[in-house]
Amino acid sequence: MSDTAVDTQESTQEVPKVVSSRFDVDDGHTLHGYTQSGSFEGYAALRRALTMTPGAVSELVKDATLLGRGGAGFPAGVKWGFCAPDVWPRYVVANGDESEPGTYKDRLLMERDPHQLIEGSLIAAYAIGAAQVFLYVRGEMPHAQERIAAALNEAYEANFIGKNILGTDFSVDIVLTFGAGAYIVGEETALIESLEGNRGMPRLKPPFFPAAKGLYMMPTIVNNIETLSNLPWLLSHGVREYRSIGTEASPGTRLIALSGDVERPGVYEVPQGTTTFRELFESERYGGGIRGGRELKMFIPGGASAPWFFPEQVDLPLEGRVVGAEGSMLGSGAVVVMDDTTDAVRACWRLVRFFARESCGKCTPCREGTVWEERILRRILDGQGRPSDLDLLLDVADNISPGPYPLAAHPEAGLEAVPFPPRQTTICPLGPSSVAPITSAISRFRHEFEGKINRKDSIPVTSAGVTSV
Amino acid sequence: MRDIEITEPVEITLNGELVTAQNGELLIDACERNGSYIPRFCYHSRLTPVGMCRMCLVEVDTGRGPALQPSCMIPVSDGMGVDTESDGVAKAQDGVLEFLLANHPLDCPVCDKGGECPLQDQAYAYGPGESRFVEEKRHNEKPIPISELVLLDRERCILCDRCTRFADEVAGDPLIHFIHRGSHTEVNTFPGEPFASYFSGNTVQICPVGALTASPYRFKARPWDLEETESTCTRCSVGCRVVVESSRNKVLRLQGVDSDPVNWSWLCDKGRFGFQAGNSGNRLSRPLQRCESGELSEVGWNTALDSAASVISAAIAGRGPQSVAVLGGARLTNESAYSWAKLAKDVIGTDNVDCQLGDGLPAELVLGLPGASIDEVCEPGATVLYLGPDAKEELPILYLRLRHAADFDGVKIVEVGPTLTGLSPYAAESVTAVPGETPSVLAALLDGTSEHVEASALLRNASDLKVVIGRANLAEDEAITVQTADLIRESVPGATFLPALRRANVRGALEAGLAPGFLPGGATLAGTLPTGWQSMPAERGGGAAEILEDAANGRVDVLILLGSDPLRDFPDRSLARRALAGAKTVISIDPFVNASAEQADLVLAASMFSESAGTTTSLEGRVTALNQLVTPPGTARDDWMIAVDLADRLGADLGVETSADDLAEEMAGFSDAHVVLGDGAPVGDGVMLDISGRDLLTSAEVEVPPANAYSLRLVLNRTMYDKGTLLEESESSAGLAGESVVKLSAADAAPLGVDGSTQVKVTSEHGSVTVAATIDSRVPKGVAVMHHALGDVDAGTLLVHGDPVCDVRVEVS
Repeated sequence: MSDTAVDTQESTQEVPKVVSSRFDVDDGHTLHGYTQSGSFEGYAALRRALTMTPGAVSELVKDATLLGRGGAGFPAGVKWGFCAPDVWPRYVVANGDESEPGTYKDRLLMERDPHQLIEGSLIAAYAIGAAQVFLYVRGEMPHAQERIAAALNEAYEANFIGKNILGTDFSVDIVLTFGAGAYIVGEETALIESLEGNRGMPRLKPPFFPAAKGLYMMPTIVNNIETLSNLPWLLSHGVREYRSIGTEASPGTRLIALSGDVERPGVYEVPQGTTTFRELFESERYGGGIRGGRELKMFIPGGASAPWFFPEQVDLPLEGRVVGAEGSMLGSGAVVVMDDTTDAVRACWRLVRFFARESCGKCTPCREGTVWEERILRRILDGQGRPSDLDLLLDVADNISPGPYPLAAHPEAGLEAVPFPPRQTTICPLGPSSVAPITSAISRFRHEFEGKINRKDSIPVTSAGVTSV
Repeated sequence: MRDIEITEPVEITLNGELVTAQNGELLIDACERNGSYIPRFCYHSRLTPVGMCRMCLVEVDTGRGPALQPSCMIPVSDGMGVDTESDGVAKAQDGVLEFLLANHPLDCPVCDKGGECPLQDQAYAYGPGESRFVEEKRHNEKPIPISELVLLDRERCILCDRCTRFADEVAGDPLIHFIHRGSHTEVNTFPGEPFASYFSGNTVQICPVGALTASPYRFKARPWDLEETESTCTRCSVGCRVVVESSRNKVLRLQGVDSDPVNWSWLCDKGRFGFQAGNSGNRLSRPLQRCESGELSEVGWNTALDSAASVISAAIAGRGPQSVAVLGGARLTNESAYSWAKLAKDVIGTDNVDCQLGDGLPAELVLGLPGASIDEVCEPGATVLYLGPDAKEELPILYLRLRHAADFDGVKIVEVGPTLTGLSPYAAESVTAVPGETPSVLAALLDGTSEHVEASALLRNASDLKVVIGRANLAEDEAITVQTADLIRESVPGATFLPALRRANVRGALEAGLAPGFLPGGATLAGTLPTGWQSMPAERGGGAAEILEDAANGRVDVLILLGSDPLRDFPDRSLARRALAGAKTVISIDPFVNASAEQADLVLAASMFSESAGTTTSLEGRVTALNQLVTPPGTARDDWMIAVDLADRLGADLGVETSADDLAEEMAGFSDAHVVLGDGAPVGDGVMLDISGRDLLTSAEVEVPPANAYSLRLVLNRTMYDKGTLLEESESSAGLAGESVVKLSAADAAPLGVDGSTQVKVTSEHGSVTVAATIDSRVPKGVAVMHHALGDVDAGTLLVHGDPVCDVRVEVS
């Protein structure tokens, strides 16, 4: 999976590597590798931060407009400023519970460059005044867990973590914790519940905004792995250089996990806003074209919970703001490409099944609704669909996410884009995420659903009423 | 919804109209108060809101346009706009209801909840007529028992988190929880661990569907067939308000009423299911008289009352009125207690009367100490000195209130007692004092010389100290409690006291005059003759111990057991045995032939809870109603009727013309609280007596022998479930009593070689028992704990009344 493409036939501009500079370095995960290779000197940023006031570090990050890389794209510096004033202790939590289908960028950051993450966490802890950092790593990522554990030991040994770091009066402990296999724990309040030893179920916002009332009801900053991993480069190279990458509103790079029907799937670091999906799919530097020279049917621009895009949207830039306005989201940076051989109904069912299985069960619409959606789709796939099922499906979806659901424009059909985010009757966005594939697929491929429903008579049904197909 | 006083009014727009709400209260309550009921399942006003069921979604506008929000999670703020009736809200609520019903079995015709089910009601009110869900529903084994009393049907469960929140937040027994996830989520216990909570019945009451049912009520009735009345639980002295429900003249269910000053809608399982004793086949339905063959056999009331009157007359004529003694009365209503006080002290003329059995607090303390109500003890920020018995075992709802106060309201509890208790995990400080040493330990805490610096500082810095005082150890002389109270009053003059009394109406019986030296209303024999009375006893009589002592020595001609069972309840068991043997005639007035009644010459069948009307007085001095719902079995009758009939046969008139209300009216002359009662039963939360205290207090000095190195000090206390008559007669609690054990600290157990279930011989100066020993981390070194009335081992034989403490030797037998 180390295919960060290096050959550049067509691009004239050198793409800066902010977070992925050690992905191809064999010992990049060791302290030695971290300090001796890459696009900045390891732990120099920490040293620099410790010469600044915590407030100055926060300001720097705010000035850089470091957007969160977990999905919502909220500026990290602003988020840090939301910590309830004069309430201590505070905590930093690194959200490494990456489990969205199609997303695997944080895994590489944790496996290939754990020290970068550790240094970033230390800088964040220093900026907000936290004395404890929790690294929450997904349970199914043992390799990342081992690499981080080893890196933590090295960093403790070198006094980058612990008491009086590098001779200053700044002390931090970093605790490594593992998830237990629930997608929902990627949601920050559910992650906090899990850290506290409870069931991973989201808390309600309001009132439980982590910056105000987070872990143990104390101010807590939960940042994505990639967000934190940006900090060492940012501190080393400065705001001006950081802002020279990407666009004014979305500076810096994004790690994009490209998967599906492209020639070269993999994790690519791309400048935000200046790269288009077309370039991502077709450039030899990235995807290398749709697999087998086929036609693009649709793609998911930001992970399983993002509404689908279609060929009309391939020239949009990879920038959260723009993608949101066009009816989807860049989310966690997972781009899934589907070519013209893809069965839209089956793809829709497969995605909905994921959400139905991962629903935590806390609130009614998600617990009951996602499963119901999945069963209707399954029925349609099995040739047991009924003509009324599409309306039913859309209405069940509407009861989870009421009102017009975010949707990509379809000029041919006279459909305008409905911007992100969706509304919800649920506590967290998981339930509404299950609606994305349904509204996306039905809006474009209604005929495929109807085809399956109308084929009903020709599908053999076993005596138990279950199809054998 | 609870009534609140609006102290910080704000204006909100509710469905287009400006209304007033309390700043910060939950929107769901504010809307309901202003006439707009929002449907809900997970929200319960006594539990932390969680916003899970999503039924209460409404459109809330705080300036950024209307958005669907769960009204149970949104605090009201000024200028907020709320729409509870828009199309969007209706669609969202309909949608949630459809989701909830999708996998619900709809077995309403065979479900106990049918007819009183919020899910059913709301499906009728808001739901679609037909289901669009054609898939097969989820299936689970139904029902599964999660405790001795509670069964869980997971198919019906809508996962509202009420029972699980209750278990965790309120009861402190987080033994049920969600398992699995998504649509497979279910409530369950931990594998192999039952939901063994004293408060499990509350989960049944708050379940918004028929998922949790309790075995005593399962399939017994339909809600629309039930008759109901409000009343007061009489299984302990906390005075929880209840609704009693019956069908076909049989009580079938008790539910807690949300009484703000008392029980907040909660009940303990003993109180909730204890009504079953009334339905027991062993209830006494007719008087019994010992016939010539020595057997107790049924007689008519005339015969029974005539013979009772004649033995009493003979005793008065013989050795004088003081040869008649009345023991008990704390089970009675206020009115019955008063009628018996008047019968004993006015008509018969004896002062040998005691409503307690040497296991309570002296009348002087209860009536004399400046009182504190439960609410005052649990007031946010208060400091509480807890000197009572284990509240979790004996006064369960007081335990819940204290637990809540400590967990949520910053109340600091300093517990001083011979062992750690159920309250210890919530106490700010727990200091153990070996039996007999409470006064000296407390003196050091209060004067700042104690080694328990934090506890001492808390007590010394308390501006308004509240003291819960009671008997944590029945093997310790009550005079030590008197000494302790005296010490506190001297060191902390402003301290107020909540007496941790045991039996339901001890306070009412004491107020009525059922204690030696007392007349109704806390007056003493030195005072004036009460209005309506002809005479009063010439000389002061004795308390329970003296009465039994007299009886043992043949000085009691008639011993009347007024709903008391000294053979089981008097701590000095051998004295009780000798007394019953020594009394010339024993008359028992009781709903059951209890152990003492078996020895009686005459047993008069009494009515019990929900069979008689009147009032009762709780430990804090709150007078509340007891209402009648069913008739007593056979010819069993109210205690006051027996008193009136006996008085009549003794040539006196107790002044009752029609009902117990006449007695209540007479009592109104003695206490302000009873004035209201004279006009009929009190409604709602009842009326508080004047609890400011009376000038009755005495002091005591007790010489406690020094502990010797070879002995342990005995603590005799109670557990919630024991072999008491009412518990044994209740189908659901019979069999819940534990085995007799002696509990030792690990430090004392080790040298004896006790490892968990070793049989040991416990020997005092007065007797010895053989019992299994266990190690208990709540027992401090130097102390041995035994429980009252468990199994066949009688710890009471180790004691002699009047000894300050009881030292025992424990040896492996």
